[in-house]
Amino acid sequence: MTAPKTDARICGMGHSMKRKEDPRFIRGQGRYVDDIVLPGMLYMDIVRSPYAHAKIKKINTEAALKIPGVLAVIDGATLAKYNLHWMPTISADTQMVLPTDRVMYQAQEVAAVIATERYIAADGVEAVEVEYEPLTPIVDPHKSLAPGAQVLRTDKKDKKDNLAFHWEAGNRADADQAIAAAEVMVSENVYLPRIHVASMETCGCIADFDAAQGKLTVYMTTQAPHAVRTVFALVAGHVGLSEERIRIISPDIGGGFGGKVPVYPGYVIAVAASVVIGKPVKWIEDRMENLQADSFARDYHMKVELGAKKDGTMTALRIKTVADHGYANASANPSKYPAGLFSICTGSYDLKHAFCEVDAAYTNKPPGGVAYRCSFRVTEAVHAIERATDALAQKLNMDPAELRLKNFIKPEQFPYKSVLGWEYDSGNYHAALKKAMDLIGYDALRKEQAEKRSRGELMGIGISSFTEIVGAGPSRDFDILGLKMFDSAEIRVHPTGKAIARFGTKSQGQGHETTYAQIVAEELGIPASDIQVEEGDTDTAPYGLGTYASRSTPTAGAAGAMAARKIRDKARKLAAHLLEVREDDLVWEPGKFSVKGAPQKSKTIQECAFAAYTNHPQGMEAGLEAVHYYDPPNLTFPFGSYICVVDIDRGTGVVTVRRFVAVDDCGNIINPMIVEGQIHGGLTQGLAPALFEEISYDDEGNISGGSFMDYYVPTALETPHWETDMTVTPSPHHPLGAKGVGESATVGAPPAIANAVVDALRHLGITHIDIPITPEKVWQVLKAKGVAE
Amino acid sequence: MAKHRISVAVNGTAREAEVESRLLLVHLIREVFRLTGTHVGCDTSHCGACTVILDGVPVKSCTVLAVQADGCKIATVEGLEQGGKLHPVQEGFTEKHGLQCGFCTPGMLMTTSALLERNNNPSEQEIREAISGNLCRCTGYVNIVRAVQYAAEKMR
Repeated sequence: MTAPKTDARICGMGHSMKRKEDPRFIRGQGRYVDDIVLPGMLYMDIVRSPYAHAKIKKINTEAALKIPGVLAVIDGATLAKYNLHWMPTISADTQMVLPTDRVMYQAQEVAAVIATERYIAADGVEAVEVEYEPLTPIVDPHKSLAPGAQVLRTDKKDKKDNLAFHWEAGNRADADQAIAAAEVMVSENVYLPRIHVASMETCGCIADFDAAQGKLTVYMTTQAPHAVRTVFALVAGHVGLSEERIRIISPDIGGGFGGKVPVYPGYVIAVAASVVIGKPVKWIEDRMENLQADSFARDYHMKVELGAKKDGTMTALRIKTVADHGYANASANPSKYPAGLFSICTGSYDLKHAFCEVDAAYTNKPPGGVAYRCSFRVTEAVHAIERATDALAQKLNMDPAELRLKNFIKPEQFPYKSVLGWEYDSGNYHAALKKAMDLIGYDALRKEQAEKRSRGELMGIGISSFTEIVGAGPSRDFDILGLKMFDSAEIRVHPTGKAIARFGTKSQGQGHETTYAQIVAEELGIPASDIQVEEGDTDTAPYGLGTYASRSTPTAGAAGAMAARKIRDKARKLAAHLLEVREDDLVWEPGKFSVKGAPQKSKTIQECAFAAYTNHPQGMEAGLEAVHYYDPPNLTFPFGSYICVVDIDRGTGVVTVRRFVAVDDCGNIINPMIVEGQIHGGLTQGLAPALFEEISYDDEGNISGGSFMDYYVPTALETPHWETDMTVTPSPHHPLGAKGVGESATVGAPPAIANAVVDALRHLGITHIDIPITPEKVWQVLKAKGVAE
Repeated sequence: MAKHRISVAVNGTAREAEVESRLLLVHLIREVFRLTGTHVGCDTSHCGACTVILDGVPVKSCTVLAVQADGCKIATVEGLEQGGKLHPVQEGFTEKHGLQCGFCTPGMLMTTSALLERNNNPSEQEIREAISGNLCRCTGYVNIVRAVQYAAEKMR
């Protein structure tokens, strides 16, 4: 990594600046939604369906309404009066806010109780009596798509099947031919199970309708406050809520990971309740509601076929996926990409022939799915190609590292046009994998493994060399509900040379208050400690699409740099005026302009700022501020190579991650400390589905994994000591050469772990195990192969 | 529902409240005393975001009734800083980037400050065991371990 351009006082890019967020958080002074109390505030709690599929015959609210303190019970019929009982999803499908006649998944919202106190609202929920007539649910997406299956979305006129959408990329005939002609072929059925973001803070809001002003303020756990404001205006415009009278405030967010992108029914019901009752209404879901009803992630059933020559040269890839979307397609995907950016599935390899397709099924499960710490289905794509690559190595009896090095896109091929249509901006895959192999001592590990295997011990080494695609995205291709996926920054420099910078994104722990300040410091030379960063209030921040898909640095971060450059251009004019020289006689170094050949004659950025308000030249506008809406020319393509070592207990089937080395390349780095933290967290959220987490359903549609009793978020004991390092290959098109890093590790880690487990069992003839690789699954394999102890 | 008058000392200040039998300690702290640093992250005592120190012992305050705390001393995250000086664990968490979204942080700080009270030289394994009742979704724990090691050194 190159040395920072700024000193520690300015603290621009490359400094491990301590976070500006921390002082409030370590004192318990964060301000999360549930910490906010408004005068006269009421509480809302939700009645939920015990059935996955049922008719609602009757909702009896009499007993609930008799409880002192219960003010109202809202059901679908209440909302239907205002035509608010259905709403659009982010993917332009529709979902119920509250049902009028039928529930479609277990834990679906059925009615909401409004009460004066939190506990009384819960009492009210217990007292609401709902009479159901159970219907047969469809749980399996394959059965859902089979001919003759009962049609679930009877609300959609003329819908004759359960296909939510079909999507494909590439040339089918060409890929079919190349697969047929392959000298060697592997085929695996790879399932990426349904999981949940399980951010430590659940979702919730306070809807506060001020009847006198006709203004609605919603304090809300949202990663995309501006988009939410527009959606609210579009959905509720007909009842008088127009966009200038809606203010969304996203306060401190206790983790988002994609789960706080969608608009859930609870938010809408709280808004409706506040508008009707005229008081603030707080709704905070509990953990079980969060896991059982909020948007899930993944749930992709993939058939992966990879063809190659006998020498290991990969030739063709074909993937057919059945995606379980639950009863509504509520994916947070760009409109043009209903299966997200799944077509990154050719990964880090120079594949000339590829085709992928996704059939999305409706089932009786909660709607989804969200892009859980992943730039829209990239995790699924990476898992498919990285598992198939290992399967191919196994079939060829070739070392998986050697196979990867042989097939990587070469550094000189960048910018690289992939067969499925992406232009990879930059990369050096060989360097990252070789660095990871050196760090972990790859050759020595292979020797150790051979020795252990000869003694009957089970040890595995797994590699994952992923390529991500993040930073959505260029407006020519990327929008959500028509809103183009640019992002924004507005910077105001005050007369004393301090600044406030506002962005259209919303941090949920990523540390934007620090990293954005560093970006502005880098460009203006104003110390990062003098720059206040704000996000999340739609009344003050410029419009943006929010934080998810690792897009903050690629889009809003770039906007911050561009806005700062506009300010610097104006500051140059001010400096020229103050020094009585021409603009092109000035030289910029971080924090000041000096006269060429006379460096003692200079003006600091702070002096320029003061002049902007006290001594600006005639004819120039006063003030020093700028706004920039950044529309990226391309996506960015972070990458990395991960190597994992596991040991397997033959008595219990327990997999222990002994070592895990992660070499990441996210381009130029803003704050190395924060980047490392993002990688650590992402790796842990990759470990989790690889070994522990799954939400599954029985044949009746009953959830398992619906509370922390049986949804196993890893603790410090299961989590290994992560070893991280990096290479730096700047993005050629991003103004700072940065790429985004938040999701690399979540995407890259699961196949490294799965590959390590399969590698440990390879000599037993095992070619694939679906994640989560639980002790039970491993032990069944060991037992079947006669090696269980 | 029956009401009970209880007295507690919260971060050294005597407080009284009239509470329902069913009121959870975490809600007493958050909603009656308005100390919102203590968070609620689950319903099943797994996440530890609500950890406070009750008479010297870390407890999950979502699993204690307010009436059970009658006559007890309660320490919350708001009481860690003394006379304008941060507790070593608070310093450690910010120095070593042991927090991201900050939601689990108060619980982590209370658990680890209690650990260091009884053992100011814990091994990595002892730290990991001590925080195994506190879930963090952001950090991957490595930097939390470093933060506690930093604080331990300061306290020795």
